[in-house]
Amino acid sequence: MASRALEGVSLALEPGELGVGLGPTGSGKTTLLRAAAGLLAPTSGTVTVDDRPAAGRGSPRGAVGLVFQRPEAQFFAPSVEEDCAFGPRNLGRSTEEARADVRAALRAVRLDPDEFGSREPWGLSGGEARRAALAGVLAMRPRYLLLDEPTAGLDAAGRAAVLAAVDVVRAGAGLLVVTHDSDLFLGRADTVLILRAGRVAFSGGVAALLEELPALAAAGAAEPPEVVRAQMLARERGAMLGGRLELDPDAAAAALARAAGGGAS
Amino acid sequence: MRTITGIGQYVPVDSPVHRLDPAAKIGIVTAFTVALFLVDGFRGLATMAAVVVLAVAVSRVPPRAAMRGLAAVGFIVSFTLLANALRWNPATVALLRLGPLAVDAAGLRTGIFFTVRIMLLVTGTSLLTLTTSPVALTGGIERALAPLARVRVPVGELAMTLTIALRFIPTTVEEADRIVTAQVSRGVSFDRGGPLARARAYAPVLVPLFYQLFRRADALATAMEARCYHGTEGRTRLHEHRMGPSDWAVLLLVSTALLAAGWAL
Repeated sequence: MASRALEGVSLALEPGELGVGLGPTGSGKTTLLRAAAGLLAPTSGTVTVDDRPAAGRGSPRGAVGLVFQRPEAQFFAPSVEEDCAFGPRNLGRSTEEARADVRAALRAVRLDPDEFGSREPWGLSGGEARRAALAGVLAMRPRYLLLDEPTAGLDAAGRAAVLAAVDVVRAGAGLLVVTHDSDLFLGRADTVLILRAGRVAFSGGVAALLEELPALAAAGAAEPPEVVRAQMLARERGAMLGGRLELDPDAAAAALARAAGGGAS
Repeated sequence: MRTITGIGQYVPVDSPVHRLDPAAKIGIVTAFTVALFLVDGFRGLATMAAVVVLAVAVSRVPPRAAMRGLAAVGFIVSFTLLANALRWNPATVALLRLGPLAVDAAGLRTGIFFTVRIMLLVTGTSLLTLTTSPVALTGGIERALAPLARVRVPVGELAMTLTIALRFIPTTVEEADRIVTAQVSRGVSFDRGGPLARARAYAPVLVPLFYQLFRRADALATAMEARCYHGTEGRTRLHEHRMGPSDWAVLLLVSTALLAAGWAL
């Protein structure tokens, strides 16, 4: 039986914005990214990039970069530099230009080009490899960057390194991150999209999400970040928390301390 | 990544043979192969053997690594020797008789001649991959075949296919190893029974292995497409390789000498 992977999804992303896509496995997050990158054509509706179609004739080549899940499994060049240069070379950039793009991209993800450029990509640590793979897409200088589970399978240090790279990239590109790691990304989001079985369960800003989160969680449509879950549990057990749930751990701790009558500093 | 010490695997040492341009090495190996098939006597074979010994010495590749390829052709070598040396009821004086089968001097001479030729061919040609990294080799093949691009042979695509195939050999071995280990831990035995039973035990390994390989190939193809790969048209290079005067000189001198020796001997 045929089913629609995505239906009725509408999302706009501006340069410099960070959109976060959430939802359980199989909810359509990766399909959304592939469609946005022009790799999948929607059966109805349109996907446009800067008012041009995302796929086919007239699509802006290289304007949208997509970093797949565990992209380090797709390294095939003998050095980090050559792998990162794959995209710029496909875009027909000159040798000097491609080299400059690669160096800038490696610096953006905090990998020293002189140290890492000549290394074999499969000899890197998990966090380094993930950032090198991210640099491979950044070297194309995309105006929009789509990240599929960028922190999956990484330890704390690797996740922090990827997050720092995302913060740097955000200054120059519109970002859409689909993730299960809402703890890491929600605090940075401008817009949030929650998918469930290919449909939009929520779309809006973080403040609106925090208001709706208890109801969404009760309906099984969203999994709150741990810091929010702690506040929701405290409320259920009678803590007199204010009306607003906090994403920032410090603000959440202060609210919980106030509710416990211990004051806050 | 697991290291495979296989036939013709690149030995990274510094030597004049390693520094020679890969396209020149391909030309010399081609000339060597032609010369080897031109010689029709043991004097010619002895000359070619001296060439191989000299090349191995200059390349600084350990002789054991250079001869590793011979193990793989052991069956072909043995078969060639026997097929040429054994005669059915020969009219000539037999050196050795096994029922109706016999070995005579002429058959033994022919068998040894063809056997030595195969051994020299394998050892000599494996020097190409022993002294050239996979990517340099594919670059060399691309440049050596460049004239064929004028008659619409997809030289760039062939070279890219070769690069990726070489890159994923260790990954495939690693994947197979993981599946075998998982099956052994679930009680499968790969070292019991006769050859047929053992071969049958590997069938359940091949199904998940091929599934993983196809999945990986699909993911890689999509990732390459996302990085704007649409064949080699309009694609630039990160490193511009050109054969220098010394590469040309070595190619012309060695190839001419080999072909002349093959013709004369």
